Amino acid sequence: MIPLTLRVNGRERRVLVEPRQSLLRVLRDELGLTGAKEGCHRGECGSCTVLMDGVPLYACMTLAPEAEGREITTVEGLLDGEALGPVQDAFAEHDAFQCGFCTSGQIVAVEGLLRANPQPSLEEIRTGVSGNLCRCGAYPNIFRAAGRAAELRAGRGGDS
Amino acid sequence: MKAADYYLDGPAPETPEPRQRQDRWGETRVVGRPLPRVDAYERVSGSAVYPSDVQLPGMLHAAILRSPHPHARVKRVETSRAEAMPGVRAVITHQTPGADIAWYTDREGATVGHLFEAHCRFEGEAVAAVAAESPYQARDALEAIEVEYEVLPFTSDYETALEPRAPAVRDGGNRASEPGVYERGDLAAGFNAAEVVVEETFRTPCELHTPLEPHGCVARWDGNRLTVWESTQGVYPVQSRVAQVLGLPLANVRVIGHYVGGGFGSKLRPGKYTVIAALLARQTGRPVRLFLSREETLLCAGNRPANRMRLKVGAKRDGTLTAIEFHGLGSGGAYSGSGTGILDWQVRDLYRCDNVRCTTENVYIHAGAQRPMRAPGHPQCSWALEQVMDELADRLELDPVELRLRNLASVSQGRGGIPYTSNGFRECLEEGARTFGWLAARSRARSEDDLARGVGMAGGLWIAGAGGPPSTAIVKYFADGSVNLNLGASDIGTGTKTVMAMVVAEELGVPLDRIQIEHADTATTQFATASGGSKTVPTDAPAVRAAALDCHNQLLDMAAEELAVAPSELKLDGDHVVAVGDPEKRVALREVSDFRRRQVVVGIGYRGPNPEGKATCPFAAQFCEVEVNRRTGEVRVLRFLGAHDSGRVMNRATYDNQVYGGIVMGIGLGLTERRVLDTGQTGKMCNLSWHDYKIPTALDVPADVTSLPIETEDVECNTVGAKGLGEPVTIPTAAAIANAVYNATGIRVWEAPLNATRLAELLAEREA
Ligand code: FES
Ligand code: FES
Repeated sequence: MIPLTLRVNGRERRVLVEPRQSLLRVLRDELGLTGAKEGCHRGECGSCTVLMDGVPLYACMTLAPEAEGREITTVEGLLDGEALGPVQDAFAEHDAFQCGFCTSGQIVAVEGLLRANPQPSLEEIRTGVSGNLCRCGAYPNIFRAAGRAAELRAGRGGDS
Repeated sequence: MKAADYYLDGPAPETPEPRQRQDRWGETRVVGRPLPRVDAYERVSGSAVYPSDVQLPGMLHAAILRSPHPHARVKRVETSRAEAMPGVRAVITHQTPGADIAWYTDREGATVGHLFEAHCRFEGEAVAAVAAESPYQARDALEAIEVEYEVLPFTSDYETALEPRAPAVRDGGNRASEPGVYERGDLAAGFNAAEVVVEETFRTPCELHTPLEPHGCVARWDGNRLTVWESTQGVYPVQSRVAQVLGLPLANVRVIGHYVGGGFGSKLRPGKYTVIAALLARQTGRPVRLFLSREETLLCAGNRPANRMRLKVGAKRDGTLTAIEFHGLGSGGAYSGSGTGILDWQVRDLYRCDNVRCTTENVYIHAGAQRPMRAPGHPQCSWALEQVMDELADRLELDPVELRLRNLASVSQGRGGIPYTSNGFRECLEEGARTFGWLAARSRARSEDDLARGVGMAGGLWIAGAGGPPSTAIVKYFADGSVNLNLGASDIGTGTKTVMAMVVAEELGVPLDRIQIEHADTATTQFATASGGSKTVPTDAPAVRAAALDCHNQLLDMAAEELAVAPSELKLDGDHVVAVGDPEKRVALREVSDFRRRQVVVGIGYRGPNPEGKATCPFAAQFCEVEVNRRTGEVRVLRFLGAHDSGRVMNRATYDNQVYGGIVMGIGLGLTERRVLDTGQTGKMCNLSWHDYKIPTALDVPADVTSLPIETEDVECNTVGAKGLGEPVTIPTAAAIANAVYNATGIRVWEAPLNATRLAELLAEREA
């Protein structure tokens, strides 16, 4: 077991982990942040997507020790207190999910996309979420929600 | 022929007739609107707790050791090394006392498989299980269990399973059941009368459900009471099976399934994992979490069987069908469950034809057992039937829509000619074609450069979708006019909770944000069948409506006394009760003394029976446009339209979303999905991951998808007028794509998925 200090959603968190533990399992099992989901734990589905220094990545394919010293944001970190962030709002408004299991990952992927590219085209949106499977097939609404999120984000002034 | 897994074994329990008179809704205020989901916040904020998110103090993590061979006998299992490993708290096998549990039974009820099996009949059969402090330690321990297998010859190709040299899955051989035969009219005479005959063999792949949330549960004991948080489509089927297997009273098994990350039919019942988690929890005295790995979900959590179908259709010059002959072959795997269940239904029922013969053959292979997958049998049948209809239209030089319109059935022929409660198939075809711009799109010249465009369509119906009893709902109306709605059904992502809350809002005028929903918990809600078969809305919405009306009537009765006006002269107006003819006569509910004393009114609603001698089915027509790369054979789906008659639209937003989702899944069948078994050398599955078993991604589906509700008024099916939706939306999709590819290239692909390599070969052959 090794001690780690992680910065998650703006807070410093100290944990004792096995070096082989994935960032995803540390977030979920040690820190109780279950927004990021474990759909496969081997880099196939994107349900575990989090931001590391603002860039989306699969938390299941990242070892927890690799995340030390980096800024980690999970779907819970997109909330402002109890209020939904713009991407979350847009997903609710456009019914961009069914079962909701892929949704945290989709939302974080869109957040990452918009941070890099605030006005994405439809093709850029599709590519932006192409690493996030949705078996319920809510894709058309996910595309619409991403477009709407860009508008909302612009309205609320940049990074959420 | 029954979609048995969607319902209950044995006679269905009934619920009493609803006590309330339920008039047909006229103009609705809430029902039908595109309202956001009542649980949208939880689902987008990350705060929804799915069963796989449940964490309990002291919880252990479990994992299952599985046979790596499709057919093998376990000669020896040695667990001592695993037991001694750090963090390991329990290891169980078929030799563990209490774990020798019968699991699979045959039609006669005889045991044909156990929880842990010494005679493994598919790759993935459970052999042992462990519980450890961390998920990593549990997996380590699996590797330390030594198993000596006697590897046996296998049969994994269903098409050759009946050949004499094929190794037998069971003592009686590989025929799993007597061939199914359905017949009406005079087939030979029908073909004699035909002026055109199309005959072809079709194949559809074995598909895997792969919901995003893996199958599994968390189990905890308190004394001899068990609580299970299970990722399931129905908490009650889980409760009854677990109670039966463990010999517990129903009251001692509580199953909670507030959220479920998809199921598509693979989570209608509990898995072995449910019972294994309970056994490990009992043995260790700790809560146990047991969720399958993604690989396991692909191996042994059900599938849509692959099918080979031979279809021969005869027609007159004017397009009238004279005869249909269908033969289907499939395998439900090594255990129970048919490989051809309701496979031929659309042949029997969709188009008018007097002379029909359907035969089906169901065989065993050494592979995981099937589970119902979104409209079992139907998308496969559609792949054959709707391509033959397209071919027929081509040969008769008729428009494909027109050919279908000439063969509309006025009654349910497959049920002996009884009428439907409603049938909007004609409107699906006509209005779908109009909105899609079908005629214009078809008359556009096929381009001759590398990218060829084409359009295609297909029709369909779903055998079920009527719903029916039993269902009980309870509505509690609180003193301040807010409401608690209590029902047993799961919301599998179709928007059940939202739709049910809207029904309450419609009847009681309570805004959605003042309705609390309590559902999918066997300890606190009413019995419900699993959410599947496109029957949740037509089953439960009428019960919810009856419960709301029960509250409504009780409130009026109380106010009637207060106002000295007959209840029939009163109506609810927000949080007031008013006399219909005299708006001066009104009283605030909180002022009604009877209600003030009681503080709550409890309404109970039941689902009444379906009309006798009638069939209720949803109908569908889908249209699409594709672009085919003539060099590479790649197919891009450019746009889709789904015209669906599912009766009343309950919530336009969740309705449209179902249509999109069904089309996306159908694109998977048409273009990307296929379980590959190494039928030659090992019998093992070759594409055990989402990288290799490909489901549609954001890049494979069009953004341009139109949902066109054909809102046929159905006053007979039930008291809300809605029919099922979740399944019909995926039935015609793949066939529509195949027909569009034909329209673009002149090439028919009889085998799904429509694979780019194969299409490129066919295109090249034709060039040469
Ligand atoms: S859980 Fe990380 S990609 Fe699937
Ligand atoms: S909403 Fe169910 S997987 Fe995307």
